[in-house]
Amino acid sequence: MLRTIGLTKKFGGLTAVDNVDFTIEKGMITAIIGPNGAGKSTFFNLISGLHPPSGGKIFFNNRDITSLKPYQTARLGIARTFQTTHLFEQATVLENVMIGHRLRTKSGIWDAVFKTKRLKREEKAAREKAYEALEFTGLVGTADRLVSDLSQEEKKRTAIALALATEPQIIFLDEPAAGINPEETEKLGQLMKQMVSKGITVCLIEHKMQLVMSLADRIMVLNHGKKIAEGTPDEIKNDDAVIRAYLGGGKSA
Amino acid sequence: MSVLFDSRFLSSALLIFSVLFPFLTDNQYFLHVLSLAFIWAIAVYGLNLIGGYTGQLSLAHAGFFGVGAYSAGLLMVKGGMNFWPALAAAVLITTVLGFFVGLIALRTKEHFFAIYTLCVGYIIYLIIYKWEGLTEGVRGLIGIPSPAPIGPITFDTPQSQYYLLLFFLVFVIFIMKRIVHSLIGRTYMAIRNSEELAETIGINAMKHKMISFVLSTSFAGLAGALYASFVRFIGPDIAYVNIIFDMLTYLIVGGIGTLSGPLIGTIFIVSVSQSLQFLEELRMLIFGPLLIALIIFYPRGIAGGIQSLLHKRKKTLQIRKGLRQSAAVEEGK
Repeated sequence: MLRTIGLTKKFGGLTAVDNVDFTIEKGMITAIIGPNGAGKSTFFNLISGLHPPSGGKIFFNNRDITSLKPYQTARLGIARTFQTTHLFEQATVLENVMIGHRLRTKSGIWDAVFKTKRLKREEKAAREKAYEALEFTGLVGTADRLVSDLSQEEKKRTAIALALATEPQIIFLDEPAAGINPEETEKLGQLMKQMVSKGITVCLIEHKMQLVMSLADRIMVLNHGKKIAEGTPDEIKNDDAVIRAYLGGGKSA
Repeated sequence: MSVLFDSRFLSSALLIFSVLFPFLTDNQYFLHVLSLAFIWAIAVYGLNLIGGYTGQLSLAHAGFFGVGAYSAGLLMVKGGMNFWPALAAAVLITTVLGFFVGLIALRTKEHFFAIYTLCVGYIIYLIIYKWEGLTEGVRGLIGIPSPAPIGPITFDTPQSQYYLLLFFLVFVIFIMKRIVHSLIGRTYMAIRNSEELAETIGINAMKHKMISFVLSTSFAGLAGALYASFVRFIGPDIAYVNIIFDMLTYLIVGGIGTLSGPLIGTIFIVSVSQSLQFLEELRMLIFGPLLIALIIFYPRGIAGGIQSLLHKRKKTLQIRKGLRQSAAVEEGK
């Protein structure tokens, strides 16, 4: 579904992502792990178009999306969340999530000034879409609360709901379980499984190994920007290179 | 209490008051000050659209105000045009200039955008100041005619001019309200909040920033053109950087990114500064601390402060209601 060939990103002298070939299969949960500074978030930024790559190609559904801007990749069905949520704190959860449907609407400034039928129709659709996403993420009860009054975990779910409101085919989650307690982490895992059963492919960056190992169908390990391993959780657990990267020594150490 | 702060009730009350105001006072001076405040408020609404709602703090708006004023003034004085076509042309000229400035300025972000637009504003001031052949330079442009009559309606008395300006202000507020409360306004706020996030949910930030910027410059141009015809004399000073910082003060005191903020801030500061006139330059001693205190305690200005107070009240009411309900359930057992 999504494929990168020789994907590379250099920031001056630093190679953050180094020649990564990677494939994400439709309908799977794929995890990207690696030590801090391994280039995981940069890899996400390249795919969503926030940074232009220094080399290599990215294909989505066999279409070359290497040079597309983030708003263009989003329209094709690639959604993502950030490590920090960036939500509008003084607005309600519903208002925040509604804007996720904006990319499927056409109303412009004149529609707003003249309050046209198209605007009313599209605002209704955005509201419905937002409710759908809130229902899916279990946030309907908080729809009218201000984001500033939410817990950290609820904010994270709101950010996921916002991403889902864009009607993605694939969603990239950047450390969704960071700063979340074990019970909530488990619920988050279930939420990701629900996304897959709804037909959305999931790719996540995560440091919580328990979650990754129990959830992911496939795992890619990055270290210093290079892909050092790829495979099922069991394969990764027993991979020498991975153990070296994490523990700094060989199996015998 | 809550009825008092209902926005529909409040705005109709305010509208009725401002319509009746000329009948309540014989003081021409009050009327003049308030009319002037209306003009500034229109420009501040423009600043609020791009700076408050879209998050791009433009410091070029005094310049655009000057462009609007000089376009209208020159077209009438030197071009012999009637007020109404001159007004329309002035707004159009400012908007077109805004478009070209926006094309370049909006490629910069955050403080770079502020610095860039500050420079644009200053350059506009310099052009007006130095291009004596066209603008009369430091001598200023004198003898700008009052708004021309529309059929039987004339605008030669202070009262009628007051109503004309009130009309334009209400018109601008109406457009702002429509935009802010729609999907379009939410789009702007999403960009203000985080351009990165907005882009990843499929919003073409550059396009929307551009539209917001251009519309905001047309508000500044409209205010400038009205100013020219109301005061009937303009000098290069109206495009000077002092003016943009005045506008910014009105906006911050009233509440940046709020619908009523520009109106509240402008009228508040203009009237306070008029009543402190006897202190002359010393009034800054009062203004400075007032502004600092406001930014520390109410970073979202008067309007934002009222909003969060109301929100807190609502929340405590809800908690109390919840407690009462649970107490009732306990008793029921």
